[in-house]
Amino acid sequence: MRARSAGRSLGAGGRRMADAVLFEFLHTEMVAELWAHDPDPGPGVHREQRHTRVPTATCSASASCPPGCGALCVRKGQNMSLSVLEGMGFRVGQALGERLSRETLAYREELDILKFLCKDLWMAVFQKQMDSLRTNHQGTYVLQDNSFPLLIRMASGLQYLEEAPKFLAFTCGLLRGTLCTLGVKSLVTASVAALPACKFQVVIQKS
Amino acid sequence: MAVCVAVIAKENYPLYIRSVPTENELKFHYMVHTSLDVVDEKISAMGKALVDQRELYLGLLYPTEDYKVYGYVTNSRVKFVMVVDSSNTALRDNEIRSMFRKLHSSYTDVMCNPFYNPGDCIQSRAFDSMVTSMMIQVC
Repeated sequence: MRARSAGRSLGAGGRRMADAVLFEFLHTEMVAELWAHDPDPGPGVHREQRHTRVPTATCSASASCPPGCGALCVRKGQNMSLSVLEGMGFRVGQALGERLSRETLAYREELDILKFLCKDLWMAVFQKQMDSLRTNHQGTYVLQDNSFPLLIRMASGLQYLEEAPKFLAFTCGLLRGTLCTLGVKSLVTASVAALPACKFQVVIQKS
Repeated sequence: MAVCVAVIAKENYPLYIRSVPTENELKFHYMVHTSLDVVDEKISAMGKALVDQRELYLGLLYPTEDYKVYGYVTNSRVKFVMVVDSSNTALRDNEIRSMFRKLHSSYTDVMCNPFYNPGDCIQSRAFDSMVTSMMIQVC
């Protein structure tokens, strides 16, 4: 990561390195892999069964779930996947927070830390800066990215809107982990109104 | 060359402490412990000062008749404390700064190691060998 950001800022003679896309592929595979562990036949079929609470064929096949709990079982599995993804992002964020803040001077206040997230962290991981940072000055910050790199290949508009949240779990963990290393306990949630724009809401926990 | 090197976590417990083997190693541990108060003072003074430059290197924390204690704090509030021999007058500020920079960079590498859980004691051999290279050779 060190060499990457340094190389890109120097321009490297106009040559573009392919390393940025490696993380995007890895992330796609991570989401696919973690999602695959749940009894989830597919987005179309699954959605109806989830809403009408009909036991799914796939769920009753597994010994641990009694028939009739199909919907609940799938939802619990999905929550587990999301928290596993978030946990991975958290550990990566902790390490990145340590590495990226190495060269900078000490931070004076919370807003400096959030600006570091929006500029340095986003630049290192996604090769772009956050598009906007808003705050209510009472510990809540909304970070908006109008063309989030992990969503930009999926759609541009409202298609696949239900699938988008699982692609944001890792990044929420990333933000939370980086904040944790820098000494700020927080709660990070993400929301998507229309791909590829998304908002991350950071709520600072006062201890 | 340092006589004792310590890495203290944000919650003020030691992640790593290593000193030159002498008869009374406990005195180094005690010195590091008392220097934490000075570090905290400097950190809170930095917070109130309106100076634009906020350095990570804290400088000389306090001198005793035999030893000098230097401190450094990272943005993640992890503190590095180094005790050097006072008789070694050839050691200059720049050298101490570069030793702290090496420590910081090795600590960052430890943090990025997936087998390391943040908050545990540092057991990395690479970190050990880097610290050994900084310490006085006493046979």
